[in-house]
Amino acid sequence: MNFQPAHTDAPAPWKRVILPDVPDMHKIDFYLANDGYKAFKKALDMKPDEVIDEVKKSNLRGRGGACFPTGLKWSFMPKNSDKQKFLCVNGDESEPGTFKDRQIFEFNPHLLVEGTLIACYAMGMTAAYIYIRGEYGKWIKMLQKAIDDAYINGFIGEKILGTNFSTNITIYRGAGAYICGEESSLMNSIEGERGYPRVKPPFPAQNGLWGCPTTINNVETISNIPVIINNGWKWYSQIGAVKHPGPLLVGVSGHVNNPGVFEMPTGEPLLEIIHKWAGGVPGNKGIKAVIPGGSSTMILRGDQLEGIRMDVDSLKAAGSSVGTAGIIVMDSDTDLLQVITRIAEFYYHESCGQCTPCREGTDWMFKILKRFEKYEARIEDIDLLMDIANTIEGNTICALGDAAAWPVQSMIRRFRDEFEKRAQSSNHP
Amino acid sequence: MLNEENKNKLEELRKRYPTAQSLVLPVLWMIQEQEGYISEESMKYTGTLLNVSFSHILGVVTFYTMLQKKAVGKHHVEVCTNVSCLLRGSGKILEHIEKRLGIKSGEMSQDKKWSLSEAECLGSCGTAPMLAIGNEYYENLTLEKIDKLIDSMQ
Repeated sequence: MNFQPAHTDAPAPWKRVILPDVPDMHKIDFYLANDGYKAFKKALDMKPDEVIDEVKKSNLRGRGGACFPTGLKWSFMPKNSDKQKFLCVNGDESEPGTFKDRQIFEFNPHLLVEGTLIACYAMGMTAAYIYIRGEYGKWIKMLQKAIDDAYINGFIGEKILGTNFSTNITIYRGAGAYICGEESSLMNSIEGERGYPRVKPPFPAQNGLWGCPTTINNVETISNIPVIINNGWKWYSQIGAVKHPGPLLVGVSGHVNNPGVFEMPTGEPLLEIIHKWAGGVPGNKGIKAVIPGGSSTMILRGDQLEGIRMDVDSLKAAGSSVGTAGIIVMDSDTDLLQVITRIAEFYYHESCGQCTPCREGTDWMFKILKRFEKYEARIEDIDLLMDIANTIEGNTICALGDAAAWPVQSMIRRFRDEFEKRAQSSNHP
Repeated sequence: MLNEENKNKLEELRKRYPTAQSLVLPVLWMIQEQEGYISEESMKYTGTLLNVSFSHILGVVTFYTMLQKKAVGKHHVEVCTNVSCLLRGSGKILEHIEKRLGIKSGEMSQDKKWSLSEAECLGSCGTAPMLAIGNEYYENLTLEKIDKLIDSMQ
């Protein structure tokens, strides 16, 4: 097995820290020889609040899609609670176009373990669960090996490294449900329930796993923690985009010559990522459309990509979001109606069925889009589709409803001509 | 029934969770790995083992796609057809596999050697198109690669 990340030819002068250019980092000996667990030892010498403060000042934002400031999230955890506190690390990674956490499990699993330990220390947790999608059986084994080795070396368990701090880390294997990447579904899944999202409030920091204070962070987010502790918040906060700093794992897939996961500072120009990092579009074709951050983020027109950067503000201004930084590129020959139909089918399949607008709406959107795909659509179907998407958005317990609505809404707004052309050349059975 | 190894594993896992109900998924995984799928009898067994009702177990089993309610082929082939794979020709890949195996998506071959299904995104978008058989991923697929793979497993 090749234990080097696939792409090492970064054009920008960026020395990778999440997926470093060091062979065999997945083995604990190599990790230790490269300053592994140094950040954890440093954190153990700090007060827990100092660690939280460091993360706060670093301006790290969550890498799971919502870009929520991590330090702020950590500070929501009650200080004087007599209940046990829990950490959940979200490695459900099921958003189409997203394949970054997998690289961490494979190439740098100890970084994730170390980050988990620091988070547990900072927030006073004695148990962490790393939730990984069921399909990643191979990567679960890789991470389990790293966890086992960390136990053997005394980094996890009782009275770690001679301190009074004790914690366990346990992997929880999902079983094929996109919705379990939603934090409250994830907690229900760990409790042995169907993965239904919970109504918020109460928020997890007050009432999470088994009714106890809980924080949920993405795998990549947690993997940034040792980097921050080792190098200090000042260094970290100056990497990339000011309001969304740090290294970012950007996945590029679809119509590019060199697809893969690339580590780069936030704020890199989207076009440069596509053309330089990912080697451009095969056959030098034009770009028709780009999904910038996983299938639920709003689709962008290929002729409006100039000036857009991979950070929270720039993508927001462009009418989309950074999401999970999973860029999907579509060349000029792409049938966008086939693409949006497949995306709609996905959300229809993954809707948990709790909320009527999402359960019924995703079904109807898929059915109507199928008519477009099969050249059986009517012109009034465009507005009908928009109406259904608007009825789902904002009217559901969790964000899956929005995630299903946004791609459809943005596709109609930005490519209405494609829908109209298809309706005009349709035959009605 | 869990085998001895899994029984021991379960006892270790019990220490990690405040409630036995959390062990529903881990136990169902163990059963599926032992027996290939989860029968009604196995669900009842799981319920008794963890002191959870059968209806709850049934609810869990029917919620998660990966938990098989009926037997699948010795080689259960899952072809990703989501966006990134679609853009890189997963349609042709699926068609070719259907032709080679003589079964459609959702079916099992008569000798029970192969079963086939379409899958949602499996997190292999950078190496699309791809398929999974059990825990193993086969990536950057071409029609030739599929022929070789099927031949090697026949």
